[in-house]
Amino acid sequence: MIKLTTPISEEVIRNLKVGDICAITGIIVTARDAGHKLMVEERPGFLDEYLNGGVIYHCGPVVKKEGEKWSFVAAGPTTSAREEPYQAKVIESYTVRGVIGKGGMGEKTLEACKNYGAVYFHAVGGCGTLLAKSVIEVITVFKLEEFGAPEAFWVCKAVDFPVIVTMDSHGKSIHADVKKASNEVYTKIMTELSAK
Amino acid sequence: MQNDLTAQVFELIRSASVDLSPDVEKALIAARDKETEGSTERGTFDVILQNNKMARDNNTPICQDTGTLIFYIDIPRKTDTMPIEEAIKEAARQATKNFLLRPNAVDPITQKNTKNNVGEKAPYIHFEQWDKDYFRYKLMLKGGGSENVGTQYTLPNTPLNAGRDINGIKKCVVDAVFQAQGKGCSPGIIGIGIGGDRCVSYLTSKEQFFRKFGERSPDPVLAEMEIDLYNTLNKLGIGPMGFGGKTTVLEVFAAKACRHPASFFVSISYMCWACRRKTMIIKNGEVQYD
Repeated sequence: MIKLTTPISEEVIRNLKVGDICAITGIIVTARDAGHKLMVEERPGFLDEYLNGGVIYHCGPVVKKEGEKWSFVAAGPTTSAREEPYQAKVIESYTVRGVIGKGGMGEKTLEACKNYGAVYFHAVGGCGTLLAKSVIEVITVFKLEEFGAPEAFWVCKAVDFPVIVTMDSHGKSIHADVKKASNEVYTKIMTELSAK
Repeated sequence: MQNDLTAQVFELIRSASVDLSPDVEKALIAARDKETEGSTERGTFDVILQNNKMARDNNTPICQDTGTLIFYIDIPRKTDTMPIEEAIKEAARQATKNFLLRPNAVDPITQKNTKNNVGEKAPYIHFEQWDKDYFRYKLMLKGGGSENVGTQYTLPNTPLNAGRDINGIKKCVVDAVFQAQGKGCSPGIIGIGIGGDRCVSYLTSKEQFFRKFGERSPDPVLAEMEIDLYNTLNKLGIGPMGFGGKTTVLEVFAAKACRHPASFFVSISYMCWACRRKTMIIKNGEVQYD
């Protein structure tokens, strides 16, 4: 288990390899479809202090407000592929060092990880309750009214948030490897079904 | 009476959101036990199982995506459905307020979230009259990530070289699960709708998720197809979350509907491992949950 603390330096990120199991402590910022679109089209400055060397989390949490204080009730990852058109640009323009999500991302993002020094962390999808336990505090929230709770930017403090590196800064992706291996089996099955 | 029904539906929503059914849990444990000690795949199943226990113990959602609410309700003849609809909407509002549901209903034109899971066609409610004198409510919470990897094919299909026969149907299913990789939160449960028009085909595929694991189709040809596809799909090696591994699907359910001579649809609905569906029976004022 590798312990990481945000902001993360490029050197630390370059040392990570696919398959590494990590625990992230520090600030993470949730962003989904509306957030990524905004970051690319308008590049708001209010995120800079949290994202420089920081970590984006593809997540739309279930949140609770008690008095003036927000907290996460359930907060697992959402499908990252939807952010593929935007992610590379976001990594570059905000100097993001890590992206947490599920399902992996494509070649454009992998290329950006290589060029700018970032990695993709996979959290276990569906585990909303377990992952919310690692988020100890909501620091602030942006665009809550406009985007709604799932799509808002939730800036929060995590402790030992559990993830696995599945895309590293050296061009390696577990998702690409599994797709390639499963493609061989797929081709074989389809051929057998044609022959029967 | 109305307040009672709202409370009963609220409990149905609560249990679907926080308490994974025993048949699904059992399949996840079996999948975990198949993986090697110390592997990422086994570790992933351990995290999943730990999460499910925590959700049950803490009364919090298994997954933050509490899905789209889909109700199938069997009602005695001549039942007035309006009060039922109202009770469901009120229960959905209350469940959202109590953090059992995430606000998941968004207007597709204004992009505004209704903030309470109630809006046009939300929740989705399907009524059917039956000959019995009691009510059966079936609820499914259908996650968005898994819904996005569902797909529909028409046969014959040139790119897949698939004809209007059993092997052609199988090819569609293998292609859909391969394309989905880990994106639908694998291992998934696969619902297959064969025939119908486009709507009926998709509906048929999705209704299958109400079946209990291990419950085979009454049609022997489809039952055999289910078993065969389960074994075939698990050879793909996509595994939990797409990390690779022995279990890519937990269950395969197929059903058919008559088609138009010109059309042949094969629809595949994908349910994430967090297969959340529950049933409530109201008989002579007594309520039973399953």
